[in-house]
Amino acid sequence: MTIEEQLTTPVEIGNLIGRVEQFRNEGYRLVQISCTALGDSYEINYSFDKDYGFRNIRITIKEGTEVPSISGMYWGAFIYENEMHDLFGIRVRGMNIDFKGTLFRTTVRYPFGNPAPKGEEQ
Amino acid sequence: MAKTALITVLRKPATIRYPFEPAKKTDISRGHVVIDESRCISCTLCQKRCPAQAIVVLKDEKTWQIDRLRCVVCRACVDVCPVTCLFMDTQYTAPMTTRGVEIVAITYVKPPRPENPSPTGEAQT
Amino acid sequence: MTRQIIIPFGPQHPVLPEPIHLDLVLEDEKVVDVIPSIGYIHRGFEKLVEKREFPDYVYIAERTCGICSFIHGMTYCQGIEQVMNIEIPERALFLRTIWSEYSRLHSHLLWLGLFADSFGFENLFMNAWRIRERILDVMEQTTGGRVIQGACKIGGVRLDIDNEKLGRMSRDLDSIREEIDVLTTIFLRDSSITHRLKDIGVLSKTDAYSLGAVGPVGRASGLAIDLRETGYAAYGKLDLEIVTEREGDSYARCVVRARELFTSIDLIKQAINTIPEGPVEVKVTGAPQGEYFSRSEQPRGELVHYVKGNGTKFLVRSRIRTPTLSNIPPLVKMLQGCELADVPVIVLSIDPCIGCAER
Repeated sequence: MTIEEQLTTPVEIGNLIGRVEQFRNEGYRLVQISCTALGDSYEINYSFDKDYGFRNIRITIKEGTEVPSISGMYWGAFIYENEMHDLFGIRVRGMNIDFKGTLFRTTVRYPFGNPAPKGEEQ
Repeated sequence: MAKTALITVLRKPATIRYPFEPAKKTDISRGHVVIDESRCISCTLCQKRCPAQAIVVLKDEKTWQIDRLRCVVCRACVDVCPVTCLFMDTQYTAPMTTRGVEIVAITYVKPPRPENPSPTGEAQT
Repeated sequence: MTRQIIIPFGPQHPVLPEPIHLDLVLEDEKVVDVIPSIGYIHRGFEKLVEKREFPDYVYIAERTCGICSFIHGMTYCQGIEQVMNIEIPERALFLRTIWSEYSRLHSHLLWLGLFADSFGFENLFMNAWRIRERILDVMEQTTGGRVIQGACKIGGVRLDIDNEKLGRMSRDLDSIREEIDVLTTIFLRDSSITHRLKDIGVLSKTDAYSLGAVGPVGRASGLAIDLRETGYAAYGKLDLEIVTEREGDSYARCVVRARELFTSIDLIKQAINTIPEGPVEVKVTGAPQGEYFSRSEQPRGELVHYVKGNGTKFLVRSRIRTPTLSNIPPLVKMLQGCELADVPVIVLSIDPCIGCAER
């Protein structure tokens, strides 16, 4: 039973703002921004939805790259970008509300990032 | 609202004096895990499946231990046990004053293998 | 030029069910700006996926939230089943739908009680929770747990409900419906309640769409977004009605949730009347390879579970995006311009489930 079709398109980081602006002009709403840590690179997924049609764009970056913020077009994106910064250590340039690392106050900085910091083994 | 107020005044109280009276439970409520030690074959499947890592099975010493305060009563061990020696009791875990594990000694004895009748003797009859 | 002072709201506050911190910037009792801050209940669920095998992770995904726990488990199972191309039997789909709608009933009744408590009407709070006890009794009789159900697994559901019990549940729903009718009449007609709720915390339709409001918060502002229309589980076979309002204030959010109680009762009755016979689970072998975004409709809005596997027993990534996380930017917008005494009512009207939002 396929519930819905899901299209994922990989995008270069330079074209990110252009593609997001295209989605905004067509009337899509932002669903989520999520990050996956794979070895030494990170994969960031931006998901959009309109009338239950789900579209997804993905950028792959190396450690230390700066990502431009999309909060100029989607005001509510600040919460996902701050969470990404606090948990993974990815720097985002130009957020409209920048918490500077105080949104998620954890004992270990960037707990999900690479390499995973050694905590207490349970 | 007046009808509800009148009915609740005339009914007896809804509170139960637990632990002096047993708690309100159904047949399939999940309370705490109980083991029948004469059937456990120490296969350690329950230890692998426990999401809270509360069960530890030591094969050489023949013990099965559970940390009651880590167990989340999810029934994963009961469902996966191949010889059905684990059961789910319906009453809550008893309160305790110190942290510790509960150790149960396994009393399963493997039955001796039955003698094989020699194949030439039976087939020729 | 009036002076601005900053007042901290939360994380400990008598009206909040879960800890969230807001720094309110005030000018003479009028809120000018809000700075939210979360992270008090972060448990690191997404990191735990690397240490537990994918069938056991259902138990952990369920425990993300206590109020909407069944739907978390169901959405995770749906994601893994899509990745591994498993077809689950029809009866399991209908059973999942029935338990989801019972979850929605108990969540909305819980919210109505807490909302009444936030403007001081404790008697109504206790009455709403008294009706909720009957729903939790049904959950315990059918799944074994009042709050954490533990009924979903990859490949179907773990237990079955026999037809005689289903008939009894359907008849009990009639008496529950009468009690809910009395309760919602008070909520929607009482003059002291409407005085506190009308025109408080207004969110316009364009704002709601551009800020990403989901669930009843978006539907009260006129957006007709309800993920049950995509037809996951057995919703494709049932008659669905989406409840929307136009004003976008706290009263509209209360009306949307009160009316959703009645649509849930109708959906459960339809599902019980049309449930087919058959098995309730299939055997699962192998490991997931691939990724999928699994979406479903929680009582608070749109829930997204992203799973990614690489062919081993441990998943690479599991990401949970809960509706409360997406409703925090609209909350910041709603609070600008309101009075200080209305802040608890507005914060509770988005139905904050911060335990979900931070995992």
